[in-house]
This record gives sequence, C-alpha cells and structure tokens, in this order.
Amino acid sequence: MVAIVDHARPARAIHPLHAVLLAASLPLFLGGLLCDIAYSRSFEIQWSNFAAWLIVGGMVFAGVSLLWAFIDLFRAGRRRGRGLAYFVLLFITVALGLVNAFVHARDAWGVMPEGLILSAAVAVTALLATWFGFSSFRMGLRMGDTR
Amino acid sequence: MTRSSLLAAAGIVALLTACDDGTPSPPVYGANPPLPEQQQGLLPSMKIAKPANWGDRKPTVPEGFTVTAIATDLGIPRQTLVLPNGDILVAEGRGGSAPPLRPKDLIAGIIKAKGTTSVPSGNRITLLRDADGDGNYEERTVFADQLNAPYGLAFANGQIYVANQDALVRFPYRDGQTRAEGPPEKVTDLPAYINHHWTKSLAASPDGRFLYVGIGSNSNITERGMPAEADRAMVWEIDARTGAHRPYATGLRNPTALAIQPGTGTLWAVVNERDELGPNLVPDYLTSVREGGFYGWPYSYWGQNVDPRAQPQKPELVAAAIKPDYALGSHVAALGVAFSSPVMGERFADGVFVGEHGSWNRSVPSGYKVIFVPFRDGAPAGDPVEVVTGFMGEDGNTYGRPVGVTVDPKGALIVADDLSNTVWRVAVTDRSPSAEGPADLGSATTDGNGSSN
Repeated sequence: MVAIVDHARPARAIHPLHAVLLAASLPLFLGGLLCDIAYSRSFEIQWSNFAAWLIVGGMVFAGVSLLWAFIDLFRAGRRRGRGLAYFVLLFITVALGLVNAFVHARDAWGVMPEGLILSAAVAVTALLATWFGFSSFRMGLRMGDTR
Repeated sequence: MTRSSLLAAAGIVALLTACDDGTPSPPVYGANPPLPEQQQGLLPSMKIAKPANWGDRKPTVPEGFTVTAIATDLGIPRQTLVLPNGDILVAEGRGGSAPPLRPKDLIAGIIKAKGTTSVPSGNRITLLRDADGDGNYEERTVFADQLNAPYGLAFANGQIYVANQDALVRFPYRDGQTRAEGPPEKVTDLPAYINHHWTKSLAASPDGRFLYVGIGSNSNITERGMPAEADRAMVWEIDARTGAHRPYATGLRNPTALAIQPGTGTLWAVVNERDELGPNLVPDYLTSVREGGFYGWPYSYWGQNVDPRAQPQKPELVAAAIKPDYALGSHVAALGVAFSSPVMGERFADGVFVGEHGSWNRSVPSGYKVIFVPFRDGAPAGDPVEVVTGFMGEDGNTYGRPVGVTVDPKGALIVADDLSNTVWRVAVTDRSPSAEGPADLGSATTDGNGSSN
C-alpha cells in the first residue's frame, strides 16, 4: 500500500524557478521564428530587429536553464536517463541559438535564409527540451535516488 | 560560411574562430580592382585602433617635407579650409545620434568607441593664423561656436559656408576677421533624421552659384529600412542664393569629402563603401561625380556587382549603376580629398591627396595614412604614393587618424587628425625648381579656394 503511493507520487518536481526559466525561453524563440517569417515575407526590417532581441531573450533564459540542468545532472545520481536527454536537447538549443544570434547580427537581408532556418531549428529543439525538461523530473526518478 | 557548415558546427569555440577571414590581401587600387567573392562570417572581423599619445613622435613625411603640429587639444578636428589671406579654419565636432536598434548595435558601438577620441565634441570652428609666415600658427581664436557638428567648409561669394550635421549655414566674411560677427544664417536644412553617417561634406562651384553637399546613408546596407534612406546616400546641389536643392548624384553610400577639380570645374568625391562582405570588399573610391549619375548603393557596388543584402532588389537601377573612377582599397575609410597644385613640388604637382581614417572591419588594418593619387590629363593615372604615414605604429598603437586634407597655396598640406585632436601641417621645404615660379603660385591660390572641402 505504502509502496504503491510512493511509486505513483512525483519523486521530485522541477524547481519552480527552473520551470519558469525553461518555459520562458520557448515563446521567445517561437516569437523569433514568427518575426523571421514576417521579415522574409514583407522585407520590413523591424521584424528582423524584433527577431534579434527575442532570440537574445530566449538565450538568456535557456542559458540559465542549461546551467541549472547541468548541475541537476550530478544531483540526479545514477539514474539520470531523461535528465541527460533534457540536458543534451537544451545544449543543442543554446548552441544553435548562439549561432542564430550571430547570424541575426548581420545587416538587412544578410540574415536570410540562414536566420530563418536556424530560428525554426531552435524553436523545435527548445520545444523538445522543454518537453523533456518537465517530464524528466516527474517520471523515472524516486525520491530515494536523489537524496 | 555556407549554410551546411553553419548547421554542422557544434562547438561554440570552433564557431568563433572559424569566422576569421584568413589572410586579407593588401588594399588594391585603380580603375579595375579585383573583386573577390562576398564573405559573411558569423561575426564581422573587428580590429579596432588602440589609441596612444604621440609623445615625441610625429607622422612620417617624404624627403623634402617637414611636419609640424600647428594646433593641438582641439575638439575633434575634421575638415579644414584655407582662407584667401592664409588663415586656416578647422571644423570640430562629433555628430550622429543613431539609437541602437539591435543587440549588435549596442555591442559594436562600445567596441568601436575604443578606437576614437573621448574628448567632447567641439561644435565650433577654430581659426589659426600665421601672421609672420614662418609656418608657426601663433594666433588661435574661436571663429564660431555653438554649431551642430560642423564638418564641410567652403569659401565663396564672400561667405564662409559650413555644413553642420543638420543644416547648411553661412557666415559673412571680410578679410582679416578672426571671429564671426554673430550667429550664422541658415541656407537650407540638411537631412538629419537618425544621421547614422552624420558628416555633411561640402564644396562650392567655381562661380559660387552652387554648393554641393555630400549626405551619407543612414545604415551600412539598409538595415534601418528603406524609409530611413530618403534623401540619403547622395550629393545635393544647392542654389547658394535661394537654398533650393536637387539631388545631383545618387547611390553614393557615404560621400565623405568633395572637391572641385581646378580647370575643369568637375565635382569629385571620395566615398566610403559598405562593410561586412569580407576584408577585400568593397573598395572605397575616388570618383568624378556625374550629374544625374547613380553609383549603386544599396543595390550594387562597383557597377553591377549585386549586394543581396539589399532587398527587394531593383535590377533597373543596378543596370544603370556607374563604375567609379578609382578604387582606394577596401575599408580604408577615405575622409578627406584635396586637389594638389605645383606648389607641392614636382612629384605631387598633379593629383589629389586623400586622407584615410583607417579600417575597423578587417583583421589586418588598412588606411591610417594620407596618400597621393597622381593624375594625368585630368584623370587618375598610376598607383597611389604614401605621403603622410606613421599614424599606426609598428608597436600596434595608433597615434592619430587622418580626416580632412587641404592644400595651402603657400606650399603645405593641412591634415586634420581626429584621434589626437591635432592639425598637422606638412610643408614643402625642398621644392623642385620647376614649381617655384610666381605664376604657379598665383594659379595655385585660385585653385586652393575653389577646391577646399
């Protein structure tokens, strides 16, 4: 009876602040992608400016989340399967995001098409990283494993 | 960097080092410069001047010339003008108020500011006088102040014309005056919205009827949007009497200095071309300015070489784009031009002097000197000759950055240096006999007035 309750309960929820940071990067990267699409269709430069700032904003949140995830890897102990997947996905997001930020530092249409492709890739990896991030702490770990 | 290599690159450090652009070739000169492939790295190559004090050093000048600092501690000297009585006017200031639009603008602004002077903008015109003619300018007065980043200077119709960053103004002038009698009268407003390239260069037609003002673009390559480029990247012809203007030539990205060719009366310009296409693109140039001509910016450069960063493209304008006359080398940042005369000695009798402020967008710096482009039959002919060098030392320090150059009919080249806030006078000491006749000197005086910029 007791064992069943223990097993069904979340072992260790994602820290609320970590959750906020991780969740915040997704809409920013998604906004960057939408702005890039708008620029590529309209040649209206302001969309490209918005994209550049949104990507930097996404990078700030994703970067701090990545650091947090890195520390959590060690705290997770032996059973870090999904935690590692989360970390790797977030690392790819941040690496591509950094390249994307540099591409968005180019002038005018020099951003295209690389910027649009990278923004799409970053939005997808950020979505996957967020998915894994929120699920990795809920499943597969028990309280006893981390404490 | 290609898209595939971009996406494949995983290591951040590897990416940062991969954007170094290899070994840039030295600047290439002349009418048909080689134009390599466009390169857009992940980060623009930035090599910023490391300022240092001249100390006991001086710029290097050719044999037969001496160089002296005739004014120091100025408020950012840009362009100079030699008046008929030999007095020298110096326009001092710093303009531009372009707000950072992107994260890049914030960062690049901080980096670039390291390579320029930190003194406040003078916003004035200083007059230098050498009353006894010994080459020592012992008298210094403020001719006019409370101006808005004055740059271009010209003397015509008994007036001193000053191109501020937002308006062309004039001061009535009588011989011997050391101070303007009052605030200037506005001839016309000049385009000043954003003022990314704020300098307004100036030249007067030989008869004084027209003033030509060079207006730089509001961006490197339209990254502030095309609406910001209205009335930009062009030379205006302004009626001196009414202030009415019309575009005289367009597509000139940043025409930083203008000069009238003695004899022909043709307008010439030095123009700074676009950045971030690699260390060997795009050459800055010297060109005669054709009335009604289009010179490519933003859609193309050096004739029909399309710049894909400017979208949507205008093929009909690209087809009409004029090739400039003479390439000065990429990123040299030519900011001064003056026609020479026989007073400068036989070697420099026919041609133009060009002040090169020096590069930032290149791992191996270019510019940082004053060169002479020899002319034959009224057109550039042959390789440029270095005239004033030593602004960037072998030790990696930068002591000065040349801007405006002006030929003094007494036989000297006046060079404004906006890093050390100095005006240098490069005087002929050993003139070849052929240039010494009084007739030569007389004609040079007229030329000197007409070609001031």
